[in-house]
Amino acid sequence: MAFLKLYCRNRSAVLGLIILIAVLVLAATASIFFPDDPFRLAGKPMSPPGENGYLLGSDTLGRDVAAGIAHGARTSLLIGGLATTVAVLLGVVLGGFAGYFGGWIDDLLMRVTEMFQTIPSFIFAILIVAIMKPSINSIVIAIAVVSWPAVARLVRGEFMSMRNREFVQACHIVGMSDWRIMLREILPNCLSPIIVAGSLMVATAILIESGLSFLGLGDPNIISWGFQIGAGRTVLRSAWWVCTFPGVAILLTVLAINLVGEGLNDALNPRLRNRT
Amino acid sequence: MSSEMPTPLLDIRDLHVSLPRGAERPYAVEKVDYTLGNNEILCLVGESGSGKSITARAVMGLLPAPHVAVASGQILFNGEDLTTAEPRRMREIRGGEISMIFQEPMTALNPVMTIGKQIDEVIRFHAKLSRRQRRDRALELIDSVHLPDPSRIIKAYPHELSGGQRQRAMIAMALAMEPKILIADEPTTALDVTTQAQILKLIKELQRDHDTGVLFITHDFGVVADIADRVAVMQQGEIVEIGSADDVLNRPTHAYTQRLIKAVPSLKPRAARPLSSELELDVRGLSKTYRSGGGWFGLGGAAKVVRAADEVDVVLHHGETLGIVGESGSGKSTLARCIVRLIDAEQGEIIYKGTDLRPLNRAQMRPYRSKIQMVFQDPFASLNPRSKVGRIIADGPMVLGASSEDAEKRAREMLDLVGLDEQAFNRYPHEFSGGQRQRIGIARALALEPEILVADEPVSALDVSIQAQVLQLLADIRDRLQLSMIFITHDLRVAAQVCDRISVMRLGKVVEQGPTADLFANASHPYTRELINAVPGKDWIPDSN
Repeated sequence: MAFLKLYCRNRSAVLGLIILIAVLVLAATASIFFPDDPFRLAGKPMSPPGENGYLLGSDTLGRDVAAGIAHGARTSLLIGGLATTVAVLLGVVLGGFAGYFGGWIDDLLMRVTEMFQTIPSFIFAILIVAIMKPSINSIVIAIAVVSWPAVARLVRGEFMSMRNREFVQACHIVGMSDWRIMLREILPNCLSPIIVAGSLMVATAILIESGLSFLGLGDPNIISWGFQIGAGRTVLRSAWWVCTFPGVAILLTVLAINLVGEGLNDALNPRLRNRT
Repeated sequence: MSSEMPTPLLDIRDLHVSLPRGAERPYAVEKVDYTLGNNEILCLVGESGSGKSITARAVMGLLPAPHVAVASGQILFNGEDLTTAEPRRMREIRGGEISMIFQEPMTALNPVMTIGKQIDEVIRFHAKLSRRQRRDRALELIDSVHLPDPSRIIKAYPHELSGGQRQRAMIAMALAMEPKILIADEPTTALDVTTQAQILKLIKELQRDHDTGVLFITHDFGVVADIADRVAVMQQGEIVEIGSADDVLNRPTHAYTQRLIKAVPSLKPRAARPLSSELELDVRGLSKTYRSGGGWFGLGGAAKVVRAADEVDVVLHHGETLGIVGESGSGKSTLARCIVRLIDAEQGEIIYKGTDLRPLNRAQMRPYRSKIQMVFQDPFASLNPRSKVGRIIADGPMVLGASSEDAEKRAREMLDLVGLDEQAFNRYPHEFSGGQRQRIGIARALALEPEILVADEPVSALDVSIQAQVLQLLADIRDRLQLSMIFITHDLRVAAQVCDRISVMRLGKVVEQGPTADLFANASHPYTRELINAVPGKDWIPDSN
């Protein structure tokens, strides 16, 4: 409860949380309100919003845009969450080892990280998906592979500055094991930057997924916001609603996640608690 | 000396400086009145948070606006009120008529500009002189602060100078325009004691030569005794006592001043205690070398080798306090960290009860870990900010295999032992003051029931009155728990009061060791004598002691 109170002191974070919950509810209730397959050709194509029984209009093939957004929310959140989890885990483990132990372990891990960082991330993601055949799995793997180096660098820096702090030295003197020092002493002190970076990464992951789907590299059996925008691109001037509503959905979700990330940072960090 | 002058150089009347809403108190400084005359040194003394720096910064117009600003009162500089002066006029005054030197010369100097260029900037801004004249003036200034080889120094960057040289360069910059007032904000706090003595002498000498009024801010009564003509004591934003140095130091009237002066450790060693013949720890020929640079495969520059500890021999008797004294870079902290096995010494023996601890690996070291514990210098860095105090203390016993109930019980006992409230258990470190945090650090070390306590500068980050309490606590605990203690300090006053024997270190070597009283009375090594002579205020013996 105390945590919630701290979190709620940041107004914009509360707004972000409300939007995020709304998107989650939308994703969870998609099959109730739009029980049909979003790929189904529901009726008259190119209907403007509010006409012919379409809340947000229909696209060139007569698919319901609103149904696509509701079902697409699932895809976006699933891929964003999953890819970020994988990337953060990988980044924390590798960055933590590199920063804590230093020396040749650090050299080795950081050279590997740099190898990944030299390739532009979106092109790298396209490459991976193209090689592995487009599917949910390959997209998650591609996003995780291009995202973890940033986390690894961040965590390495944090661990390096922490490992020589006096409170960590005090743990060594007590005889604590390396694992315990890393997990219980250092990691909690690095959580806020990791959480902030992680929340930004969820947003980036959603964007990368949309980009891949837009280019036709999405999973062909699953509707997503990027796919919708890609499908409506050619009729942007005659049927603006096909691109606009999925675009607004991406914008709001990404914004909400960023606001929540910042709110978490403010609330989690005891040094910021007394900030007015 | 000159406090009876008709129009004082600086006259501060009823100054109030407001703090932002929500701060501890409404005003940083309140009802402050004082004057500063020509050719006089006024010391502002107080503990941290007393508002002494704010008063000085108000004079310079350097308050962190808009949060902190002068609320009321006057700052009269030769009759001109600086609180209402135009920014343009203030720029002329700053550096020209009033200048300032700071505590940390490394951060006050621009690291990417040469010393000559930085002095030149000051002159160029305030006077119309040719390049040649400015250069001559800069050389003259560098020479006047007794820096060697001015033509070399003028081309040097700040990192190429030592701490004392940097402070001299700062002073040269401050004096470039022959200011009427020099404000010195803790100018020697970051320096070693021997360097501090030289800088104090320099400030005094230049002040006399140029008839400058000096506003000298310090927390150290020893420095006050050495340099002050008049003293103002500040507490909680107010001046509680002001008067001549002799009056304030030797006949303080205000209770707070009396308490502060009483808390200053005396340089006269305390009565010796009986020494046990039983050895607790025997360190022989301990060496630790640091290498840096060199690059991969020996490419890049030549590797730099520093012998941080060089064949060090020290012994610790049962129940005694051994002081390790030295200046920065003497290797005293390296020695402490080698003894607790935080860093690995490459040579020598650390013999504890017949076992050499030095070659032991982590697993073999485990049973000995609890026997030797450490108290750290910085009370703010030595506690995990994300852990509750109870857990910080209980962690040690739990690592050694105690159940969580036992560890918690032990932690509560320890809190009680170091004089902290039971409620501290469930609070976070940032809720405590520096002194309280140091108590928590001591409790953490004691929770493992150690036999040897290594304290690395445990009181140097604390205010003098808190320092006295923590030293008292350490002495109590040592006697009650029969501890042997290695006490590392740069402060000979503290060493005189705490230690039974002292080892003096310099450049990684122990140059002299012996019982405290003997060492102070007749030191044989010239470096020891130099250290003792450099202690600020060594001729001042407070009546209360």
